[in-house]
Parts: sequence; structure tokens; C-alpha cells
Amino acid sequence: MNGRKPTAEGAQDEWLDQQLEALWSADPFELQHTEKRRLLVPLLTLLDSHHRSHCPEYERVARLGFGSVTDQSLEELPFLAVRLFKSLSLKSVDDDRVFKTLQSSGTSGQVPARVFLDQATSKRQSRALVKILQGSLGRARLPMLIIDSPAVLRDRTLFSARGAGIQGLSFFGRDHTYALDESMSPNWQAIDGFINRYSDQPVLIFGFTFMVWVHLIQSLESNGRKLALPQGVLMHSGGWKKLEDRKVNNSEFKARARDALGVEKVINFYGMAEQVGSIFVECDQGHLHTPVFADVVVRDSATLAPLPAGEVGLLQVVSVLPTSYPGHSLLTEDLGQLLGEDDCPCGRKGRYFSVLGRLPRSEVRGCSDTQQEAS
Amino acid sequence: MTNQDILVDCFTTALAITSDTVTEALAYNSIPEWDSIAHMTLVAELESRFGVMMDTDDIIDMSSVAKAKAILGKYGVAFEG
Repeated sequence: MNGRKPTAEGAQDEWLDQQLEALWSADPFELQHTEKRRLLVPLLTLLDSHHRSHCPEYERVARLGFGSVTDQSLEELPFLAVRLFKSLSLKSVDDDRVFKTLQSSGTSGQVPARVFLDQATSKRQSRALVKILQGSLGRARLPMLIIDSPAVLRDRTLFSARGAGIQGLSFFGRDHTYALDESMSPNWQAIDGFINRYSDQPVLIFGFTFMVWVHLIQSLESNGRKLALPQGVLMHSGGWKKLEDRKVNNSEFKARARDALGVEKVINFYGMAEQVGSIFVECDQGHLHTPVFADVVVRDSATLAPLPAGEVGLLQVVSVLPTSYPGHSLLTEDLGQLLGEDDCPCGRKGRYFSVLGRLPRSEVRGCSDTQQEAS
Repeated sequence: MTNQDILVDCFTTALAITSDTVTEALAYNSIPEWDSIAHMTLVAELESRFGVMMDTDDIIDMSSVAKAKAILGKYGVAFEG
């Protein structure tokens, strides 16, 4: 990084993509603290100034309570409360450059969050997802069983977060087979056909955690059935809120999924609809890892001060991918803790963390209101 | 049928577009018909018609008709002219 940054608009996208080239060619989990910060922080600083000059709502929030950003620290970077994507139209490009609007209804099912994507951002998201997941899944595309209904992707104008997740993961699959029918019941014929074709080879199974639990694992268990995909990998993601209500945690989910689906591996990943492509994948130790394109800061839920490893607080997620909307630094409503940096026994470098659930609603309102005053 | 004819056929079938739309410069996401869902249909069509298996990098790199030809070339599918 030579530190020269263009100030002219338009040149910024190009500069960012040039700098990202270095990240694309690297192993996403090999950079250690100092080197990763040296690459990441200038990119995030550039994104901060890009969004300040192109998104008035972001500028108002960023100006409030955040000092001028130095090139040194991840912790000093301004952040947006993620729920602002529900109340505001947060956009850093002209309307004619938005080619896709992602909608996420969230668990509460109130006003959907809206994320505006242009071609450049969308392309970076796909590339990042591929780079990150190649480490867990390899380069070859695997026969893929999708634990959802084909109806999710039918209406292409209504691009849901669920649809986006399925589509992103579809790049890793071939012979995409939907395991559920339109009423979200198991399509046994499709499932049995898939098992007959591929039981003796590596396969990819993907679904959202709650859907996999309710519509497949519980259906299999209540029907006294078990699948057998001994070389299968189940990847799953999505909120744990509804499963927590049912007293199902990650290890319970893993054990029951392995048993019911007869798969070799169950891998959870964490990611926000507001940061598609920037995902945190679980390793064999059960730790969520930050790839080179992204990072995490844990903050005290009352003071929002950054916390050291081991302390529980709100997760702030950063990503260098989005230029069309100010989603490069987001304060989530999820609680978690930093577990360490560069020293996970699995060998991946960078920070690793765990997610411990959602902040209770009343507290969330408190901290989001603080952010909202600015808008 | 030449490989070029088969290629055009794959695009028109997978994306439901007319053959005159399939120029070298036609790019992914530049028309509503070639979105990420149709992209996977296109990949499946190319794989079955040319008997190749593409990896995840190929799918990301296949950003235009010209790129599709270059990637197929890597797997030994030759395009005359």
C-alpha cells in the first residue's frame, strides 16, 4: 500500500478494486494482525470517506460522535446501527446504477431492511463468497441439496435475503435439488432421488438453520427416517433466535443434524444480509473466522467501547466489499465474544469469535435510538 | 453444428434470449435475462452440451460470452475464427 488515494469521485471504485486485487489473490485466512490491518484499514478509511460524500444519511451519523478517522485503527472507524437499513434508504450510488435491491424481513417481520446493490458491489460479494468457501468446500462444484422450497427464487424482482443466500451458495453446487415443496414439507421423491444418485460421493447440503431444523431434521425424526450422505457437508446459516426459544444450541443442532442427515460435517456460518459475501465460517474447533475482506470488533452494549477478548458485547462487523451502500461497518444486534487472534488451533489467521444470541429488544432500542438521532 | 452454434444455442436456451443478442460482448448482469439464477442454468447447459465440468472460479470469471469461450477453451473446446 503506497498510501496514495484518489479524491476524485468514480476513481474510488477503481482504486478500491485495484487494492482488492491483492486480497483476491491471497489465501483469505493467512494474514496476521499487522499485515491484515495494513491492508484493511486504509480500504475501510477510503470506504468511510466514499460513503460520507455519497450518502448524506451516513455522513450525518458518521459525523456524530466519531472523531476524524486515522489510518491506524479499526476500532475508531464509524459504524451504523444495522437497523437503520429498515428505516432509511441508505444508498451511495445514483438510482440508475442500482440493479438489485435486497430485502430482508428479519425475524421480527416488521419493516424490511433494504440493501441497494450495483454491479461492482454484487460482483465483489460473489467473489468474496467463493474465496472464503473454497477453503471449506474446495474448488469443484458438488451435487447440491437445498433445504428450501424452489418458490423462494421464483419472483426475481423480490430479491429476498433467503434467496440471496441460496443463490450465493448455488455457485458451489451442481444438479441443484430442492428438498422441500411449496408448502415447506419434505419432497421425499426429490430427496430419495438425490440420495440414490450421490450417496457415494461428496455432496453439499445448504439451508437456513431454522428451516433445516423444523422442515427437515424434525420431519425426519418424526417419520423415523434417516438419510445417508456419508460424504456430505451441511452448511447452514441464519438466526438462532427461534432455536434458542426451543432450547436448541449449536452443538445440539450439529449432533441431531449429523444423525438425521447422515452427513460427515455440519458447518455453521454467520453473516448479515446487509453484508452479503462477507461471511464468517466455523472451523473444526467451532470458532467463527474473519476472512481477509472482513473483521469484527466486540463492543460494550452500554458504552459501545471496544472490548478485549473474552468479554461479551455487541458485534460490529466490517467488510471492504460494499460501495453502493454504506454497509462497510455495521453495529449488529447480536451478542458475541472475541475468542482470539491469529492463534486458533485450526491454523487460520485473523480474529475469531463466537455468537451468543441476540441483544434483548429493549436494550437494542436504546442504542439504536442514539444512532437514529443523527438521521 | 459448430462449437460456436452450440454455444449460441446454450445461451438462447438457458437465458431465453434471441440468437442475435448473443454477441462476444454480451455481459453477465447487463440484461435482466442473464442474472445469477440464469447464470447457473447457463453453466449447467454448457457443461452438458460440451461435456465439461467447470469449477467455482470459472463460474465467477464467466462474465461475458467471450469469457465463456475462453473458459471452455481451457477444457479443450475450440472455437474456430
